[in-house]
Amino acid sequence: MQIIQEALAGTLESSDLFVRVSPSEGALELILNSEVQNQFGDQIKKVVEATLAKLGVSEGATVIIEDKGALDCVIEARVEAALLRAAGDKSVDWESMS
Amino acid sequence: MDKNNQSAPGRSETVAEPELFQGFAAKNPYLADPVAKLDRKLVDTVQEAVRRVGLKDGMTISFHHAYREGDKVINMVVAILADMGFKDLTLASSSLVSANAPLIEHIRNGVIRKIYTSGMRGKLADAISHGLMDEPITVHSHGGRCALIETGEINIDVAFIGVSACDAYGNANGFSGRSRCGSLGYAMVDAHFAKSVIMLTEEIVAYPNAPASIRQDQVDWIVQVDEVGDPAKISVGAARATTNPRELLIARLSAEVMEYGGYFNDGFSMQTGTGGSSTATVRFLEERMRHLDIKAAWALGGQTGGMVDLHNKGLIGTLLDTQSFDAVAARSLESSPNHVEISAHYYASPMSKGAVVDRLDMVILSALEIDLDFNVNVLTGSDGVMRGASGGHCDTAAGAKLSIVTAPLIRSRIPTVVKKVTTRVTPGETIGVLVTDHGIAVNPNRPDVEERLRAANLPVRSIEELYQRAISITGEPKPIEFLDKVVGVVRYRDGTVIDTVRQVAK
Repeated sequence: MQIIQEALAGTLESSDLFVRVSPSEGALELILNSEVQNQFGDQIKKVVEATLAKLGVSEGATVIIEDKGALDCVIEARVEAALLRAAGDKSVDWESMS
Repeated sequence: MDKNNQSAPGRSETVAEPELFQGFAAKNPYLADPVAKLDRKLVDTVQEAVRRVGLKDGMTISFHHAYREGDKVINMVVAILADMGFKDLTLASSSLVSANAPLIEHIRNGVIRKIYTSGMRGKLADAISHGLMDEPITVHSHGGRCALIETGEINIDVAFIGVSACDAYGNANGFSGRSRCGSLGYAMVDAHFAKSVIMLTEEIVAYPNAPASIRQDQVDWIVQVDEVGDPAKISVGAARATTNPRELLIARLSAEVMEYGGYFNDGFSMQTGTGGSSTATVRFLEERMRHLDIKAAWALGGQTGGMVDLHNKGLIGTLLDTQSFDAVAARSLESSPNHVEISAHYYASPMSKGAVVDRLDMVILSALEIDLDFNVNVLTGSDGVMRGASGGHCDTAAGAKLSIVTAPLIRSRIPTVVKKVTTRVTPGETIGVLVTDHGIAVNPNRPDVEERLRAANLPVRSIEELYQRAISITGEPKPIEFLDKVVGVVRYRDGTVIDTVRQVAK
């Protein structure tokens, strides 16, 4: 999957996370801030990296995450949504999902 | 203190040979001065009052925290003492709040060397958790503070008491003047035990200012200041009814535990605490009290508008009030003859000749963490940083027939039920029931209560089940890393050390 535009997903509410994906030159860059960094930082990183790998994003993107204590399933969904939007994927009707 | 025309009642030295009479005013010269006789306690500045009480480096100063986040006295006075060049003071405030962040500078500069407090929050707590102080702070409960004062470990040299209004002799209560905090329950202890009392007041009102929570025979000096506190920032027990479904669920379950736990009889007593869930619990309880025609004889606290409402409706006979959590409670303290102000010593001290907590039927308590042995942490956050207060938690848990801890099973991603609490403030043996949004756990030392709750078809689980459920949702949290340095010593209400808080690693 190729990242062609900047896209956002999520919120800064408690138990959610805010994901910003933007195109960049070269290697994949992941910036992760979490309220529960000390206890769950490693686990969050693992889920984000697995989601990136699942969608085939390995370079040309900067992913910035502001986590407010979201569960793994929420993290996966938000990252996936941001990546699909950033890749200009037209197969999902985002309007009907909101 | 004679040179300042000030008497020192109760502190005169016994001499072998009594002196000969020298005139009626020889020992009390102010009696011969018509102005000094009435106004001798009034001084123009805090500096002057501090000079007159003879504060010295290394002494202990105390404050009350009735204004909570709205307090203006602690920061102001410590800044003045810093300016005056004092060093190595022990600060013994009944508690500290986020607004006390300016103290960081005074700790760094050596003005404050030791701290006794019920708790702390915000930047100050963060800095101390990260090793700001050379000596660990002492964290005590409200009752435990009184015991430490009575045993002399906290030896208050000068109590600074901020009040909204007092008369020229120092009679003060929490409902005269413009910044009313309600009960002065903490300040009453300091006024009683401190060697010297300096009162800071926004207004001097006509004599006598009655009733007097802080009495003229306790007050040495009076200084008028612009402001002592902002009562709008006291409120923690929001009168607004919660609509949060999770809080409502916990509240309903808590009310059911109160109803079926075995102590819901006419004439019962309770303490319910503050916050969305507690306020909602009171509302659910009201329905049950009306339905079964059961009234509470009295309620203890920490009073809020919610409790005042039940009191006004005739469902609670007497309100015993150490601290008024909102303006409604402060007004009720003034207007209702059965809303009674009590000191923290009367409320909860294990060394008091009678503490109200010992007579409690039920108490609703909160928790940041509770472990498989029902030990409760209300002090340190899941990151190991201090962000709470001991308060009356362990005092009421020890005294009540049934103590009920209510908490969401998970806060954002942090499980509340853990294998072992980060910091033990209240021992598990004094906790009866845990109520969460995922079910209720009963301490195995209360099989009687468990039997009654099960008979009422309440969702009783083992605490291990609740723990497993939490972990299955959040994942297993990585243990917090601590350094060896102890930054806080947690004292149980009887003065013993129940735990320590160590410096967080990052």
